[in-house]
Amino acid sequence: MVGAAAGGAAADVSGPRYDEPPVIEVRDLSIAYGGRPALRGVNLDVHRHEIFGIIGPANSGKTSFLRALNRMETFNASMEVRGSVSINGMNIRDWRNEYALRSRIGVVFPLPVGLPLTVYENVAFSPRLRGIRKKAELDEVVERCLTRAALWDEVKDRLDSLGSLLSGGQQQRLTIARALSQEPELLLLDEFSIAVDPVTTMRIEDVLRELRSELTIVMATNLVQQARRLADRTAFFLMGELVEIGVTEDLFEREAKDERTTGYIEGRFG
Amino acid sequence: MFAATPLNRRSHRTQSLAKAVFFLMTVALVVPVLVIVGTLAVKGGPAISWEFLFTPPRDFMTAGGILPALVGTVWLVVVALLASVPVGVAAALYLSEYAPDNLLTRTINLAIINLAGVPSIVHALFGVGAFVLFFGIGASILAASLTLAVMTLPVVIVATRESLQAVPHAFREACWNMGATRWQTIRKVVLPNSVSGILTGVILEVSRTAGETAPIMFTGAAAFVAFLPESVFDQTMAMSYHLYYIATQATDVPERTTYGVALVLIAIVLLMNAVSIGFRVYLRGQKKW
Repeated sequence: MVGAAAGGAAADVSGPRYDEPPVIEVRDLSIAYGGRPALRGVNLDVHRHEIFGIIGPANSGKTSFLRALNRMETFNASMEVRGSVSINGMNIRDWRNEYALRSRIGVVFPLPVGLPLTVYENVAFSPRLRGIRKKAELDEVVERCLTRAALWDEVKDRLDSLGSLLSGGQQQRLTIARALSQEPELLLLDEFSIAVDPVTTMRIEDVLRELRSELTIVMATNLVQQARRLADRTAFFLMGELVEIGVTEDLFEREAKDERTTGYIEGRFG
Repeated sequence: MFAATPLNRRSHRTQSLAKAVFFLMTVALVVPVLVIVGTLAVKGGPAISWEFLFTPPRDFMTAGGILPALVGTVWLVVVALLASVPVGVAAALYLSEYAPDNLLTRTINLAIINLAGVPSIVHALFGVGAFVLFFGIGASILAASLTLAVMTLPVVIVATRESLQAVPHAFREACWNMGATRWQTIRKVVLPNSVSGILTGVILEVSRTAGETAPIMFTGAAAFVAFLPESVFDQTMAMSYHLYYIATQATDVPERTTYGVALVLIAIVLLMNAVSIGFRVYLRGQKKW
């Protein structure tokens, strides 16, 4: 439906599959924390090999939305989720093992989280959870994921030093390498560039563009230009509401249907 | 242009005064410690010898050494640790990592705080009632150690809980997001990074356990046992109770012997604390984030 309109993505053979059933179907999703609503009645679809951007000011519900995709309410007693989220056509609440669900979804946080383990063990963590024990196999996964995250060259000589002591930008790429080590079908990024310098941000954005051919990416960002650079389609969240979804270029070319969207994108508020 | 206003000057004076007061309070804190340790060293130092440390008392405590008391204290501390550390660490793990914030959890937390506030003589009487009589263990190392364990549980729980909570929440979130269960997260990330803090708490518990008198005097400590304990069902001498006994009950005990016992007891405790401080320094050096 919108594939051709998605700007540069149209020429890309590995672009979004709008003709296939969506990977993520969100229906009437509402989230509240101890009775205080954070997100109300969101409906949207995300397609395979799509980079789906979510923009919106602070407290608009972006993070809550990402957390719900991963069923993180398990670990937060005050988080209440209503409505349904289906991944690959299956309601995530029907997954018998929610840990298996999370193990196939990579998450990158606003602030880099290098686990207090060595660089190697950071990336080998998820493979080990999956039961991979052989050193050679782990070595291969670690090198592949660090390379994909554009970090291998910088850390290959100090895989045994602590991941939590790398610089901020390196830690964020380590977080991405760790997410990739999960062999995810879905990568969720929550304002990944907030604590990262512009050069590293650009490197990570290049990484994401390459990754799109392998997986589906949902990216919440408070940088509207970042959404414009990366996202095939973008959703605008405001105060817990989904204002509108559109092909990114359309939204940015003043074709947004809602004037609040235009106002936010042009920096008149937010 | 940058002249100080009267308000600036007053703030400065107040600040100097506050600093002086705090410094004096700190000094006041150090003085008793120095006086106690100094007195013990001067008066008890001459009593310390190989014979003093490695032979049993003779002639109604007036001569000989303190070996059974030293060994007894080690027994009491070790058995108390074996009982309280597993329970305390498990309870802290539950409270910190699993428990939902509800009435039950808050009640348990309140109970722990209250347990810490119970006077040691009450623990002693509880120990007599529960372990010596009700469970029929009899006055023994086991009963005394269990009493000590109950008394020091709050120390272990609080120290463990604090060191668990010192591990940033973001690490847990990162693990959970990769599909790790709570237990996998605890085992691979949370525990390895709080174990030094837990050990610090354990050592604090040791020094407290070694010094307590009341909880053991009815539950397993004896004034005089010529032999070293062979099992946890034996009664035993203990340093703290030995000191109490020779200072108040026995007659004709040379003064330097009393001071010598006190010196050895305080040396054990200070040594434990030194180890604990060493751990903390090590912990700071190992800081991983």
